[in-house]
Amino acid sequence: MSNGMLEETQVVPLAEIEEVDLYHAHHWITKYVFSQDAKIIAIQYSATAILIGLVGLVLSWLMRLQLGFPEVFDFIDAESYYQYVTMHGMIMVIYLLTALFLGGFGNYLIPLMVGARDMVFPYMNMLSYWVYLIAVLVLTASFFVPGGASGAGWTLYPPQAISEGTPGIDGGIILMLVSLVLFIIGFTMGGLNYVVTVLQARARGMTLMRMPLTVWGIFVATILALLAFPALFVAGVMMLLDRVLGTSFFMPEMIVQGEMTSHENGSPLLFQHLFWFFGHPEVYIVALPAFGVVSDIISTHARKNIFGYRMMVWAIVAIGGLSFIVWAHHMYVSGMNPYFGFFFATTTLIIAVPTALKMYNWVLTLWKGNIHLTIPMLFCVAFILTFLNGGITGLFLGNVIVDIPLSDTMFVVAHFHMVMGIAPVLVIFAAIYHWFPKMSGRMLHEGWGQFHFWITFLGSYLIYFPMHYLGFIGVPRRYFEIGETSFIPPSAATLNEFITVVVLIVGFAQVVFIANIIISIFKGKPAGDNPWNATSLEWQTATTPPGHGNFGDELPVVYRWAYAYSVPGVEADFVPQNMPPDEVKRTDTATGAVADDPPELHQ
Amino acid sequence: MAPQDSSTTVAAPTDLAPGFAGIAEDWSSDQRTFKNVPWGKAMMWIFLLSDTFIFSSFLVGYMKVRLSTTTPWPKASEVFALSFGGEPIPLILIAIMTFILITSSGTMVLAVNYGYRKDKNKTALLLIITALLGASFVGMQAFEWTKLIVEEGVRPWGNPMGASQFGSVFFMITGFHGFHVSVGVLFLILVARKVWRGDYDTEKRGFFTSRKGNYEIVETMGLYWHFVDLVWVFIFAFFYLW
Repeated sequence: MSNGMLEETQVVPLAEIEEVDLYHAHHWITKYVFSQDAKIIAIQYSATAILIGLVGLVLSWLMRLQLGFPEVFDFIDAESYYQYVTMHGMIMVIYLLTALFLGGFGNYLIPLMVGARDMVFPYMNMLSYWVYLIAVLVLTASFFVPGGASGAGWTLYPPQAISEGTPGIDGGIILMLVSLVLFIIGFTMGGLNYVVTVLQARARGMTLMRMPLTVWGIFVATILALLAFPALFVAGVMMLLDRVLGTSFFMPEMIVQGEMTSHENGSPLLFQHLFWFFGHPEVYIVALPAFGVVSDIISTHARKNIFGYRMMVWAIVAIGGLSFIVWAHHMYVSGMNPYFGFFFATTTLIIAVPTALKMYNWVLTLWKGNIHLTIPMLFCVAFILTFLNGGITGLFLGNVIVDIPLSDTMFVVAHFHMVMGIAPVLVIFAAIYHWFPKMSGRMLHEGWGQFHFWITFLGSYLIYFPMHYLGFIGVPRRYFEIGETSFIPPSAATLNEFITVVVLIVGFAQVVFIANIIISIFKGKPAGDNPWNATSLEWQTATTPPGHGNFGDELPVVYRWAYAYSVPGVEADFVPQNMPPDEVKRTDTATGAVADDPPELHQ
Repeated sequence: MAPQDSSTTVAAPTDLAPGFAGIAEDWSSDQRTFKNVPWGKAMMWIFLLSDTFIFSSFLVGYMKVRLSTTTPWPKASEVFALSFGGEPIPLILIAIMTFILITSSGTMVLAVNYGYRKDKNKTALLLIITALLGASFVGMQAFEWTKLIVEEGVRPWGNPMGASQFGSVFFMITGFHGFHVSVGVLFLILVARKVWRGDYDTEKRGFFTSRKGNYEIVETMGLYWHFVDLVWVFIFAFFYLW
């Protein structure tokens, strides 16, 4: 290494950002309830998201009970079945995954990982959570209004979503739309914080290209969300007006139950375009943070730098950009112009390129690494497999000619659950097992973690592999019961029973996980400051869990990237981002001679 | 927080490289990507980008419903005409409204200018004038809505002149824009009051945020106000001239 580079990296830039006074809470209400501390807000967001996610989980059990054992459970009729489908989808995609990755992990990790005291606007950050909570409550309330929750399917396609005969037409759909609008308002307040914190409030020495990939993933996902949610907002407002005021944005002229409706000449296709202009980036709003978290965790637990860091960053950015021009691949059978299908199939397949690049880089990171099969690592490896599976069926569905026969079959359900259901949830588990020691100061129980992992991982394959097959033989999605159909063999019913049994087992395995968390908060093994010997800044805080202001008296100064693992010539197998080069212990020289430093130290 | 060691004094990067080299340098630097840009201003820019997508989606939705309806679209020049002495003048009200809103952008620019000079009286006065112009815009919009609803019989779900979506999109989009203007007026008055009271000279702490106040908020407010004006130009073109 030339000395020129060393001199450059040894100069610590002056602080450009003045220390901003934090809000000092004096009362327990402002400390733990209406808190402006990003870490508390993160935990509030996570807890709320997980709670509403459990509701979504129970809904999936009820759905599966009906599909596996039709005509056995009297309390499930066609109406309530559709309500379960709708609420399960909406809760899982928006109120669990989006809120947990961005509101939960975003709030906790961004300030800590970039070396900031807090988010740039803590007060607005607090409001973000409370608006989110109201959105969740409004959504939950829709179960209890007359007529119950909406049963329109999570995509809420008009005209069916707001026409007579669909469950929840009285109050459920209105509350659903109001809740979505509130969620978007709340998210925007938080999202602006995340983006500005990453751009404008990093520590000294923390360049964008030294940020951990977790921050990159959350950062790009937040930008996607800020640009994609507006389309859902507009679609929601328009549909609300159609339902409440009787406008005809999405509603064509129809005869319902023998009578002409008052609507005229609306465009149902417009809703689909608006919805999927949000809906496709939404897939990556969930996937990109997962990509980032996986990169960091496998690098840490394989004691090896991430392979091709710059490529990983640019792949995240490229996927984010491409995700805005693929939305109509959800609409091949909608009746839009077939030439669009050609365009959107092409862009969809192009997305496979940066995504495959990430897959290769994860595998190459593991290659010859010193792999520790800890629970977070197991979940990450499981993610790589699952995402590969879901990604490959995505290539099937991305082609118009393959998609058309598979549309609206169980194959689609299996595909999107693999790619944006199971895969991100596996990463959420990995992230919780990985960062729980930082949040609580205690480790989660390893044995119960193993139990939870194997049941969840194997179970989800037992659920979704057969489902692909069901789709191939033509079992349609969203049907209350199939009944007797000439082209569906009776074995499909047996397979459905099997899937239902596995769903219940996997579902109850999550109780073990929740119990593990609750017990470990009080009785877990003390973790110390840095149990995984990780390099990034959140593990270098003065106290665990980090106190108010994150870093004690002095903000950290960053000297290198977050992936200085197993650097040749260095004694320890990791070098924290904030360890000055002259304090790094070399194997060859006792003192801090840095003339022949490997480049990994100064990346 | 305890003071940090002497090497951490705040440095203002004044010698920023110009052009693309400068942009690349800023993006590859540490701490801040946009040098000398306060947090609030950066946040407002990103919010406006997001808001642009909301208005764009609204306008694209408007174009789509207008193109797909089979009923003829009402003629804007006739619907939006005002009669003075029996002679209808097309678009006269909207011309005045547009003029007022654009003028308010001018007074906002002056307010930002005096804000930079920390001239609190002139800043506050200009902010109040901007707020008044904005309020009169909203007032005229209320007049326009009343006229359409009461005299012309336009309703969100239908109207006597043609396609029912005319009223729907009109009330929805101008309503959403009017809401933006109203929120702007509210915040202009709040900021003007704080400027007038000298909160930004004494760096008084915010009631909720407990952050020190300063004149940067005037510029941030200005960004929002100009954005609302710019959006109006598009709404004006798409609704009244198409």
